[in-house]
Amino acid sequence: MTLENAATAEKLVPVLSRSWDDPRSYTLDGYRAHDGYQAIHRALAMPPDDVIKMVKDSGLRGRGGAGFPTGMKWGFIPQGDNKPHYLVVNADESEPGTCKDIPFMMANPHELIEGVIIASYAIRATKAFIYLRGEVVHVLRRLQAAVREAYAAGYVGGNILGSGFDLDIVVHAGAGAYICGEETALLDSLEGYRGQPRLRPPFPAVAGLYASPTVVNNVESIASVPAIVRNGPDWFKSFGTEKSAGVGFFSLSGHVTRPGQYEASLGITLRELLDLAGGVRYGHRLKFWTPGGSSTPLLTDEHLDVPLDFESVGAAGSMLGTRALQIFDETVCVVRAVLRWTEFYMHESCGKCTPCREGTYWLVQVLRNLESGKGTEEDLTKLLDVCDNILGRAFCALGDGATSPITSSIQFFRDEYLDHLRNGGCPFDPAHSTAWAPALAATGARA
Amino acid sequence: MTEVHQIQSADPRTQTSYAQAPEVRERLVKDAQALIARYPQSRSALLPLLHLVQSEEGYVTADGIAFCAEMLGLSTAEVSAVSTFYTMYKDKPVGDYHVGVCTNTLCAVMGGDEIFATLKAHLAIGNDERTADDQGERSLTLEHIECNAACDFAPVMTVNWEFFDNMTPTTAVQLVDDLLAGREVTPTRGPGLCSFKQTERILAGFEDERPGVVDAGGPAGPASLEGLKLARQRGGAQ
Repeated sequence: MTLENAATAEKLVPVLSRSWDDPRSYTLDGYRAHDGYQAIHRALAMPPDDVIKMVKDSGLRGRGGAGFPTGMKWGFIPQGDNKPHYLVVNADESEPGTCKDIPFMMANPHELIEGVIIASYAIRATKAFIYLRGEVVHVLRRLQAAVREAYAAGYVGGNILGSGFDLDIVVHAGAGAYICGEETALLDSLEGYRGQPRLRPPFPAVAGLYASPTVVNNVESIASVPAIVRNGPDWFKSFGTEKSAGVGFFSLSGHVTRPGQYEASLGITLRELLDLAGGVRYGHRLKFWTPGGSSTPLLTDEHLDVPLDFESVGAAGSMLGTRALQIFDETVCVVRAVLRWTEFYMHESCGKCTPCREGTYWLVQVLRNLESGKGTEEDLTKLLDVCDNILGRAFCALGDGATSPITSSIQFFRDEYLDHLRNGGCPFDPAHSTAWAPALAATGARA
Repeated sequence: MTEVHQIQSADPRTQTSYAQAPEVRERLVKDAQALIARYPQSRSALLPLLHLVQSEEGYVTADGIAFCAEMLGLSTAEVSAVSTFYTMYKDKPVGDYHVGVCTNTLCAVMGGDEIFATLKAHLAIGNDERTADDQGERSLTLEHIECNAACDFAPVMTVNWEFFDNMTPTTAVQLVDDLLAGREVTPTRGPGLCSFKQTERILAGFEDERPGVVDAGGPAGPASLEGLKLARQRGGAQ
């Protein structure tokens, strides 16, 4: 394999993935062979506030989708309040298309643990939880083993490395609920309740787990901290853009020649990523894609050169989200895709608030009619009207996210919805979209 | 509630065991206490305890709910409210294997829909249904699942929440036939399968003690390494 575009390859910066081709990368010794557990020596010798400042200075923004500055979140934790503080790692990766934290925790769980130790020290927490979605037992096994190894090595437990700092880490498996990726729903779930979001304020930094000051951070955010401490905030800022600093995973999936994880500077474009990934699958062309999971409005081939950073993707009408780039070529019916996502939101709506609970239900009913060719053109207006009554009116971001694929698909592919009405059903053959379909391409996949 | 319980108990596979079995109960109490001790507040152990009772009987029974309630000082209504909220807790007996097919958009488009349809026809069961005892040495429950964070390996299937990557209708049929026949099956990214009940024990928070299981599956699947491979060709990782 040769690189057509060496300049593009320069944007690849394997940091969290640097060790993944080492057969023992997930072990304690494997991690130490790749500079592991060096950063805690430095961090534990610093005043905790200096660690917070270092993370602030790095420009690291939350990697779980919202992009809130990580150091600032840590700085919101009140100090000297005589309350226990908690760090909770959001490892509930469930946003459709998002598939970065799971391979990361499989290959390099110790870097997450080192990040947990540093973050807990900074916010003065002595108990940390890693809330892992339940449906990934191979990763659960790796995390349980890594935490055990870290205790045995003295990196976790009492008086860590003689610093006087104590920390316990609990790996907690969820039980199947997308909503628990929302940070306050996650906290309710971790407290043993239904995972339903809480009203904010108060924010978790003030009243989080057990009503105590709590930081909830995504896996990739926390795991980025050891490298920042090792190499300095300026090193991290040397990647990415001014307001979207550093590197992150870009996860390509779907109709692309080499789907996978591409750890790169923020601000890389889809055109560049496709170049690295061998392009859209042979004989086909890009139709639509998600920049950051299904909750981020769809983009099209008009957006190939949008820099994938928080600001630029926002300016293009979508969101960077989790950098989950789901690529769909011209064989895919956008109505089918959007209906399926909407069924997902209906299923996962926690039921707490009416706009989301009822709204997602009705969106599915209308979309099913449209997809099967039984709807009318007014149904499109109805869809947008229902979306308008969910967006900004739901209790949490799940409802907002549910509207994204619908409004963006109607914006870009209104005619395709109407084709279903004219055709009396879906004009696409789903067989042409499957992973084993290339042989069909020659027989005339519908363009 | 009573009526439901009687229906469940009428099936010999699903008779609750520990309500009347002191040794089972004693073992579960010990496990439950170990889990509760990990948390500053006991109720946080509810999700782990529900996994624990599911590891005993293959689903969450009325006895299991009562056990969780008793251990945590909750009402059974409080426990049921939680149990029914989460999709991994099952209200009817799961087979020896829980077989999941991702049919969220990306996997569905890449062939998950066709795989799911093929398996339903092949096994003659519907979504969330279990094979009959005479269909094989072992039983399985088939369910379509939501995005499982492995989109770069689409279409994806799971068995007992272990991953089977890049599936096709042919490999999917082979997989379920192997499971039903009791043949050993190894996931793409993990060790050989254990039973659904044993998997639930890991989910409760107890390590899988079979030798070599942590190492099985290697560090990363091929798709995970695509970016790193290119960076290596260019020279230099951080």
